[in-house]
Amino acid sequence: MTDTTLTHAINMDAIDRSDEINQLADENIRIETNGLNLFYGEKQALDDISIVIPQNRVSAFIGPSGCGKSTLLRCFNRMNDLVDGVRIEGDVLLEGENIYDKSVNIANLRRRIGMVFQKPNPFPKSIYENVAYGLRLQGVNSRRVLDEAVERALKGAALWDEVKDRLHENALGMSGGQQQRLVIARAIAIEPEVLLLDEPASALDPISTLKIEELINELKDRYTIIIVTHNMQQAARVSDYTAFMYMGKMIEFSDTKTLFTNPAMKQTEDYITGRYG
Amino acid sequence: MAKPTALQWIKGGSPWIWLSAAAVSVSLIMVFGLLLLIGLRGLGFFWPADVLEVKYQQSPTEVVTLVGEIQSTETVNAERVRDAGGVVPEGADSVTRVLLKVGNRDISGLDFRWINQHDVIEESRPQEMIVLERREWGNFYGYLQAVKVDGKVVASGEDAWPVFLEQLDKTTALFDRIKGIQVGEIGSINYDIEALRLAQKRLELDGVTDPAAYADIEQQRADLNNKYQLLQKDLDVLYRDIEKDSVMLTAAGGREIELRMSKVVRGFKPNAMGVVTKSLHYLEKLWEFVSDEPREANTEGGIFPAIFGTVMLVIIMSILVTPLGVIAAVYLREYAKQGPMTRLIRIAVNNLAGVPSIVYGVFGLGFFVYFLGGNIDQLFYPEALPAPTYGTPGILWSALTLALLTLPVVIVATEEGLARIPRSIREGSMALGATKAETLWRIVLPMASPALMTGMILAVARAAGEVAPLMLVGVVKLAPSLPLDLNSPFIHLDRKFMHLGFHIYDVGFQSPNVEAARPLVYATALLLVVVIVALNLAAIWVRNHLREKYKALD
Repeated sequence: MTDTTLTHAINMDAIDRSDEINQLADENIRIETNGLNLFYGEKQALDDISIVIPQNRVSAFIGPSGCGKSTLLRCFNRMNDLVDGVRIEGDVLLEGENIYDKSVNIANLRRRIGMVFQKPNPFPKSIYENVAYGLRLQGVNSRRVLDEAVERALKGAALWDEVKDRLHENALGMSGGQQQRLVIARAIAIEPEVLLLDEPASALDPISTLKIEELINELKDRYTIIIVTHNMQQAARVSDYTAFMYMGKMIEFSDTKTLFTNPAMKQTEDYITGRYG
Repeated sequence: MAKPTALQWIKGGSPWIWLSAAAVSVSLIMVFGLLLLIGLRGLGFFWPADVLEVKYQQSPTEVVTLVGEIQSTETVNAERVRDAGGVVPEGADSVTRVLLKVGNRDISGLDFRWINQHDVIEESRPQEMIVLERREWGNFYGYLQAVKVDGKVVASGEDAWPVFLEQLDKTTALFDRIKGIQVGEIGSINYDIEALRLAQKRLELDGVTDPAAYADIEQQRADLNNKYQLLQKDLDVLYRDIEKDSVMLTAAGGREIELRMSKVVRGFKPNAMGVVTKSLHYLEKLWEFVSDEPREANTEGGIFPAIFGTVMLVIIMSILVTPLGVIAAVYLREYAKQGPMTRLIRIAVNNLAGVPSIVYGVFGLGFFVYFLGGNIDQLFYPEALPAPTYGTPGILWSALTLALLTLPVVIVATEEGLARIPRSIREGSMALGATKAETLWRIVLPMASPALMTGMILAVARAAGEVAPLMLVGVVKLAPSLPLDLNSPFIHLDRKFMHLGFHIYDVGFQSPNVEAARPLVYATALLLVVVIVALNLAAIWVRNHLREKYKALD
């Protein structure tokens, strides 16, 4: 591995954010981080991350394993709070408001920023109850409202036609791809503003992956989507903007086409051409 | 292929496989052997055995007639009998002795007798021999002579038996009615009168001087007394009726006695019964055993109150231990900061499981009964003092003591169940805006419920078989009333109760008539096993149901 040279390169290259701002000038900004540092105990996992996430676009985070891309994603809905010994510095602004402010209600925040995990994690309940879960948490119990919301969410996740006849069967009886789309339906049922996808297709077969990717394309009109992926082709296929991270640092963030065809940074080029990672 | 050498055989791990297989077999044999033993000994007791009439050479000069059922037979070394002063025929190496259940305790004073087989001159099984189960003095063996009503003989000889059965049915019906009135109606009147007495005492303690309040109580008491008087009149009539009939009997040895019909529970002619009749009789006895109350210092009759007490105790224990254990486990696993403190608590919890159960009994007596119960009496039942209400051993304190005893099991099992719920599921719930408590309540606890049930199953198994602590905190030899009846508030948690485990001890070791009680010990032990298995099966059924519902993620 070419660790030493890379570290050297990172130290030498200061990220030129003005470029990004220029590229994003015509976009509305949904999320913004300023000097975000995150420590697991002594170990620093995120190092001075400053990034802006444009609204109603798909932004992808790529990078080798352990580079901090999932950690960064989990900062946006404060999922890292659940980890023992985690310490966060800096700001994460959702529409100009710092989500790490003491006055923020975490449950409300997570309703606004939905998340889908790497492995499908449906609850051991019926398909219907899985989708209705978020709404029930908010105290919605009206059968009619729930029925409508479940149907809308399942249609939104391109799952309705497959499951409409077995809504009350256990969700664990579905295939992996269906489960993942169910989890997406569950997330969009509460109509979040932002959808965080943490390697949503890494545990799925190619056909299911394709379906998920099509789904992401459909969803981006309504949601701001951030996707973490291992798979560069996937990032290239689905995202409008791509960020490359390495060892807790944000190396480069630009529109996907530029990043893959004409990366500004040497490490990015090395990574996307498969020299490491 | 060549036969493997011994070394290869050992290296291949075969000895270990054989050893573990042997261990499993031994365990199985022990379990089934135990069940078989108590099953045979216990269930055989209810079979109506033939009754022998034996001419017996009691001493060289005296021949007596003995009547009875063969209880057991043993062969003894002749030397030993000679040493003990017995007479053994010349040349015999061993002597066969028979234990005869001769009954008729009121006449002979003993109801068991060892006889030497070689001194039996003649034995027969007369068809006319009858056995009467009596309410006191144990079984009667002998012959029926005549049936009397109002002191006059109504049937004798051949005709006596059908008339006897007819009269016995009538008498039994009367007896049941008398008992119904005594226990049911008069029992609840007494209960109400006692409640009134306490209400009046309460008014006095509260310093109420309004005469209207007392008059009201007085009025109610007068009503109850009137009711009681009426019932008492009914009872007097019934008593007169039931005392009218009697039977004339001849015991073995020719002694004639007269017996009131009301003292007879059941009569039958075992030697004249075919297999079918005997089987019916057997089932009837078995039913009596599980459904009736004990008689004669627990050596006769049924053990229903003990079954009821055991089951109710276990149910109350489960209701108490589950929330306690689950809350403790949830706190320890989900909320407490993991560190030396939680480690210490876990060590303490695990050590609780190793404390001898009698120590829990002592704690229960000291803390629950005397301290808690005493204070409850002071606060809520001052009118009954100095008679304690809760300040005395009872089923609530027993259930609490057992709940403490089984708490570690439930905590450990629930904690393991909670630890097994994958993080991804919890995060999935949190990511939808659920708080930790909501996630616990809606997702984690239902998914952990099979593990919780496993804890319950272990707790039930342990609690149902526990006797030692109960002797201190609530079990009695004979409880006058069940902890559940028709007098409001229906569940009487302050009452003492009977328990199968204690019943075994009591019948087996505290009974005045150990020989008679021994089969009952086996039968009760079998029943205790059956009750525990039934409780466990119920819990396992619930667990499997939950498991199916909350199938773990793979």
